[in-house]
Amino acid sequence: MRTSLLILAASVSLAFPVNAQENSDCLMCHSDKSATGTRKGKTISIYVNEAKFSGSIHGSLTCVGCHAELAGKEMPHDEDVAKVDCGTCHSSEQELHAKSLHGKAIKRGDPLAPECKNCHGSHDIYGVKDVRSQVAPLKIPFLCGKCHQEGTKVMQQRTIHQDHIVENFSESIHGEGLLKKGLIVAPNCASCHTAHSILPHTDPSSSIARKNIASTCARCHAQIEAVHRKIIRGELWEKQAHVLPACIDCHQPHKVRKVYYDLGMSNADCLRCHGNKDLKSSRDGRSLYASGDELSHSRHAKIACSQCHAEVNSSHVRPCETITKKVECSSCHEEVGQQFVKSMHGQLLQKNDVNGPTCKECHGTHGVRGKIDPKSATFATNIPKLCARCHREGEKAAVRYKGDEHDIIAHYTESIHGKGLMKSGLTVTATCTNCHTAHGVLPKSDSLSSVNRKNVPETCGRCHHGIQEQFENSIHHEKVGKTDKQLPVCSDCHSAHTIQRADAQGFKLEIMTKCGRCHEEIAKTYFDTYHGKVTQLGYTKTAKCYDCHGAHDILPVADPKSKLSHDNVVGTCQKCHEGANRRFAGYLTHATHHDPQKYPFLFWTFWGMTGLLVSTFVFGGMHTLLWLPRALQMKREAKRKREANSVKTDATTNNETNSDDTQQ
Amino acid sequence: MNASGDERPSTSEHPELPGTEKQYQRFSRLNRVLHILMIVSFISLALTGMTLKFSYTGWAQFLSHVLGGYESAGFIHRFAAVIMLGVFVTHIVDLARRKRREFGTWKNLLLGSDSMLFNKKDLHDFIGNVKWFLHKGPRPQYGRWTYWEKFDYFAVFWGIFVIGSTGLMLWFPELFTNIIPGWMLNVATIIHSDEALLATGFIFTVHFFNTHLRPEKFPMDLVVFTGRMEVEELKEDKPAEYEAMVQSGKLAENLVEPYPPIVIRAIRVFGWTALSIGFSIIIWIIYAMLFAYR
Repeated sequence: MRTSLLILAASVSLAFPVNAQENSDCLMCHSDKSATGTRKGKTISIYVNEAKFSGSIHGSLTCVGCHAELAGKEMPHDEDVAKVDCGTCHSSEQELHAKSLHGKAIKRGDPLAPECKNCHGSHDIYGVKDVRSQVAPLKIPFLCGKCHQEGTKVMQQRTIHQDHIVENFSESIHGEGLLKKGLIVAPNCASCHTAHSILPHTDPSSSIARKNIASTCARCHAQIEAVHRKIIRGELWEKQAHVLPACIDCHQPHKVRKVYYDLGMSNADCLRCHGNKDLKSSRDGRSLYASGDELSHSRHAKIACSQCHAEVNSSHVRPCETITKKVECSSCHEEVGQQFVKSMHGQLLQKNDVNGPTCKECHGTHGVRGKIDPKSATFATNIPKLCARCHREGEKAAVRYKGDEHDIIAHYTESIHGKGLMKSGLTVTATCTNCHTAHGVLPKSDSLSSVNRKNVPETCGRCHHGIQEQFENSIHHEKVGKTDKQLPVCSDCHSAHTIQRADAQGFKLEIMTKCGRCHEEIAKTYFDTYHGKVTQLGYTKTAKCYDCHGAHDILPVADPKSKLSHDNVVGTCQKCHEGANRRFAGYLTHATHHDPQKYPFLFWTFWGMTGLLVSTFVFGGMHTLLWLPRALQMKREAKRKREANSVKTDATTNNETNSDDTQQ
Repeated sequence: MNASGDERPSTSEHPELPGTEKQYQRFSRLNRVLHILMIVSFISLALTGMTLKFSYTGWAQFLSHVLGGYESAGFIHRFAAVIMLGVFVTHIVDLARRKRREFGTWKNLLLGSDSMLFNKKDLHDFIGNVKWFLHKGPRPQYGRWTYWEKFDYFAVFWGIFVIGSTGLMLWFPELFTNIIPGWMLNVATIIHSDEALLATGFIFTVHFFNTHLRPEKFPMDLVVFTGRMEVEELKEDKPAEYEAMVQSGKLAENLVEPYPPIVIRAIRVFGWTALSIGFSIIIWIIYAMLFAYR
């Protein structure tokens, strides 16, 4: 365009070497669509659209008015005509542009730097208000976007600190107003960045410099001070009276979001009434006192009253009279809120069940603290107490609960988790919420529950991950154990709330009954051999199920990886019996003498021994029983004889011999 | 042994208490000591062993804890087993010595009239005894050792062999499985335990009746502890032996002074203790076998 203009001027002056240069003189050559010239050795078109030019804002001007170099030259003029200097007429714009980012780039010789005609055009320049203009408000985002959108050379090769400028702008409320609603008063690029004096925000004279932002925005939002929310995040919006803060701190450039806040209220406004300890509801007499002190120490210290107590209207004398709804925590805690609604607690609430706890039941109200705050009711060590309020035996949740877990709080306290938490003070120990989740609490019958059978290994595995990995490779996990019977999960052996250390005496003595719930026969026969008998006496030192079979990594004996496989069994015995050999491992740890098919040797040995025993006792017993009456009779006779003797001796001898006689 | 100082008359409640008359010595001192050791080790073995055998009863659990746990009970069991084996070996050595001193040859010892081996007279005595039980004949003239005494004597041999050998297998399973297969340990367990049940059951019922509880000895016969019995009693109880003694004139050689009452009382305490433990074990066995068996 630039070159054609120059060529036009040159050729006009060459063709018509006369003084009176009318535009028609120039157009004699330049109206030819196929006319060409050269510029810096390149062939270019020198065509000028007469109709467009005469309709443009410069239509009434002469060609040589701009192409001043050609004034008075002979026509046709030389090639390589000089650039038009817009500044001749538009000196102030020229000046601003020269100081701007764009102008400085031109000075540096940056080939990407834009000149006047790159934005405004050449022979087809229209006024800003003309819809045909390239710089009409609606077209500006596209005009700037020619260089400032993703993928352009400018964005790729020059340092531009923002990205997706045009896209973000078009989605912002400003862009929407302009591009979707056609509001030509909506701001475009030039509204903020200015048209000619575009400067980086680091330049103090820039319209987007931090200190100038407010006034730039206020050019449109002139009365923002009157309507802007006063308290933001518990702080005054304006640090100093009537000094607007930098708008972009909240409303990011190009991304000005569509966020509508309720009309602001400062906490002090609320506490004027609610700071009074005697304030009571006229409806039900409950206290309406809100402690500012409590709030200031809470997690919500920087949240304004009206952010939770929405619907206040500051234009009312009593701004809170417009409140119709309870505090809705999920307006900020949205994800948690969605989880809660699906939980048992949330379901009860939706049914208007009085037992359904709301957020504040656990978290409190104005004094809400984060779970990492030891003073919080939701701090790990406080959670059992918190849940116990309803779930302790006799309390409302325990009363309506119809399952088989009872005394859960008492049991938990005595469990290894409870001891770890409450006695050892380990805050990483599992507490109620670690297993049941905090907001997604569901009964174990629900397949989505964290304590549902199929989810238990994963829930426990959140802490006991190594065990979970072992367990998933064991016969007890559905990946390995193919059976239509129910496979065990962690809680079947370890219980839920009475869980104790696996090296505790109680656990060791109970494990046989735990395994025995499914492995009935094999658990019974365990007690027929030495290991089991000692265990039955209440000692834990002899081998238990898991000592031989493994615990979480249990596998069937046929599996080569099993602790009892042919290759491993001797080693397993050697854990306790150092000198164990292959034959030693042939000891039948589950032997019973009641099964003639499986253990004929034992069966017949037992019955052989029993036969011997019974026959010996029958023989001995008969012998004794026959003897007894005879012996008694003999004793009676001996006594009678003795008495008869003593009577005889009495008659013949002195009574001094009495003692001798009784000896006989 | 010679307690001539004490001349106190016997108390009225125990008319059979020894007086000052000389008594017939039936058992040597060594045999009496061995019998006491046998009682102590046998009861120890029975008590500790039964805790395992009847581990399903509350009694076993209680007793096991009283004994200091299964390991301590196991130690007591093995210790007692060693003592019993020692008793057995000592007896064999004593037999060999007596053979040399008194009999010259094993044949004399084993086939003599005082032999512990069963002989024809024992068969006759047994038949005669059964007849006497059934009022079909007179009471047999028992010799030095009656057939039931011989039975008890050989029961110990059998028991030592059966229970002792299986016990060793269970004591040293790693060693024995170099020779025998592992399942033999299961067999050994059954034999060991059932044979022990037979032994305790027999000793604490039949043996107790035969020697202590039968009416003429009731409540206990102290001869095995004192070694002495009154001559009258010998005449009554072992008439054949008495006759033989009188005829050979050896009776006078075997007469000794009785023990003083204090010794007798101590022996009674021991005897009663052993009897009561024995009866308790029987009650426990009956309870475990009949009411708690699994």
